[in-house]
Amino acid sequence: MAEESPVSNKLKRFLVNLSVPVIAIILALIIGAIILLTTGVNPLKAYGALLRGAFGSPIYFQRTLEKTTPLIFSGLAVAFAFKAGLFNIGAQGQLLLGAIISAFLGFSIKGLPPALHVFIALAGGGLAGAMYGFIPGALRSFTGAHEVITTIMLNYVAINITDYLSDGPWKDPAPSNIVARTQLIEESARIPFIGPVPVGFIVAILISVLIWFVINRTNLGFEIRTVGLNSHAARYAGMKSKLIMVLAMVISGFLAGIGGAVETQGIVYRFQPGFNTGLGFDGITVALLGRTNPLGVIPAALLLGAMKGGANVMQFDARVAKEIIDVIQALILFFVTADMIIRWMIKARRGVEDEVTLTTSWGQK
Amino acid sequence: MNNSLKLNHFDSPKRKLIVPILLAVVALVVVLVLYLQNPAVTEAVLASMIRQSTPLILGALCGILCERAGIVNIGIEGQMLLSAFLAYMTNVWTGNLWLAVFVGLLTGAVLGLLLAFTSIQLKLNQIIGGTIINILAIGLTGFFYQVGMTTKGKISPIALPGLSEIPLLGPVLFNNPPITYIAILLVIVLQIVLFNTPWGLRTRAVGEHPRAADTVGINVFKMRYANVIIGGAIAGLAGAFLTLEAVGSFERNMTNGRGFVALAVMIFGKWNPIGAWGAALLFGLANAIQTQLQFMGTNIPHQFIGMIPYVLTIIVVSGFVGRSRPPAAEGEPYEKE
Repeated sequence: MAEESPVSNKLKRFLVNLSVPVIAIILALIIGAIILLTTGVNPLKAYGALLRGAFGSPIYFQRTLEKTTPLIFSGLAVAFAFKAGLFNIGAQGQLLLGAIISAFLGFSIKGLPPALHVFIALAGGGLAGAMYGFIPGALRSFTGAHEVITTIMLNYVAINITDYLSDGPWKDPAPSNIVARTQLIEESARIPFIGPVPVGFIVAILISVLIWFVINRTNLGFEIRTVGLNSHAARYAGMKSKLIMVLAMVISGFLAGIGGAVETQGIVYRFQPGFNTGLGFDGITVALLGRTNPLGVIPAALLLGAMKGGANVMQFDARVAKEIIDVIQALILFFVTADMIIRWMIKARRGVEDEVTLTTSWGQK
Repeated sequence: MNNSLKLNHFDSPKRKLIVPILLAVVALVVVLVLYLQNPAVTEAVLASMIRQSTPLILGALCGILCERAGIVNIGIEGQMLLSAFLAYMTNVWTGNLWLAVFVGLLTGAVLGLLLAFTSIQLKLNQIIGGTIINILAIGLTGFFYQVGMTTKGKISPIALPGLSEIPLLGPVLFNNPPITYIAILLVIVLQIVLFNTPWGLRTRAVGEHPRAADTVGINVFKMRYANVIIGGAIAGLAGAFLTLEAVGSFERNMTNGRGFVALAVMIFGKWNPIGAWGAALLFGLANAIQTQLQFMGTNIPHQFIGMIPYVLTIIVVSGFVGRSRPPAAEGEPYEKE
């Protein structure tokens, strides 16, 4: 057998791994264009408006970065759980709790120096998400309840909790307010900007690198990956795989919670039900599009953030319903996960890296 | 899977039946006492229980068929949602309710085919395959739905002559719209098919030990395809129920997690149609009581009452109410040797 040089082999693998998401995006855009055509819209015009709305001016660019920031966190949350073989569909619920706790800390504490206040509210949001991630993690480890069902159910519970809080004890007391929402957070809790770049975006990138380091260069990361690949083997090798699963869900929940807090402190400046719906689910697309690699999550989040940022302009200029974004996103997710199709198309079945392994059964065995 | 060699020995039938029968007797006594005290409310709550349980039992039947054949279907929610939408659109365009029901069935079946294709042919992870169906359904229905469409009505109840005159039972059981009757019939039919016919035996064999089934000449792929597609059609019927029978119109994301609650119903019912029906009635009752409480006005914030079915689901899947064992080969793609 002819030996390939390790460098060119590595490069080839990188290119194959890169080509799958790229082809997935192209296929999704083509099918999206066909759907647009059937509704009588010129897809080029729509996509043009989308692109302009995402990057066309400094303000648009800033909005894109704002939308990208929480997506990086929710993508990291889902990707991190994937590494431990867990499918955290509950990023949505963890994110909601993170968002409302950060809003509460943002409006109820007064007179703190800005840097400290921003940090406290962010950390509070992260901890709320972590605690909410602990529940499905512990249930999975100690009762065998599959995390997919428990996290989805906890999402609905979180919607009810946040609805109650923002329409009850934490409702905006302003006399003019009739809707369910909290009051605005203090100026000191708002995440500042450097030019058009929100500081939260920079923090998100730093945390992505940190998570990449934890997964690939630390003992904990090694144990998490081993548990994800085969929890029986991990237990056999002396790892406490149940505790590691719980810890992975806690960290995943923490990341999702920060995602919600960043949304509150960087964009909305209050908690209002419905303002961050879907962010957790977008996290699934981001994580899988980034091949569950923490660094791959960044460009994936940027793509989705650009679509969200540009959607308003597209709706206004090309008169297309914003929901086409959801359709394209679902198609991207389909093609990126059904990558067997794409690998078959580019005749590259080898070189599978960062493959997702998930447990499938409900676990009560 | 560590115990994949053991074939499906569920608990002995006699011991298994004692608890459900006891529960049923207790429930019956409670209902009778309540009925004597307040007939109108009791009737209303029980009728609402039957209505609320219909989409859940249909979804659970879909789950049972798929999982008995070894395919995890987490896309029931999406199958219901897209079917509900297309059935509704058919009703808007044609006004033909039966055609609309058919479109619902067909949509569910096509999505079942998609799940079967991705999990059997492409060997894609089944949990991810189902999630794709869910996200696709949310995206497509969100994009194509426009507010303000009107229909020519919804399916109305059919009072069964004679039976519907019986006090309490009549209004609750025998004055329902057709899909509700079909759901109850399907429970009985599938119970018999799964446990008393060659087809059912083959389905279970394929879900427990596909290699053994293959060896004795059962076509594993064909059985899995057939069951997932039929299951999809049943989930489609649940969707049609929502828009054509229960609500009469469509709203974005109107399934509201019922597809996932249906999975809990399936687990609670130990992958048996009749067991699942009991579980669906319990969840239906929780929903009905919730609506009744809101209607009567209590001090409890409605959000807390709204959490009940979801919390109940978590408790059920966590096995706090009796453990159950899923089909052994579920979730694993089968490769021929």
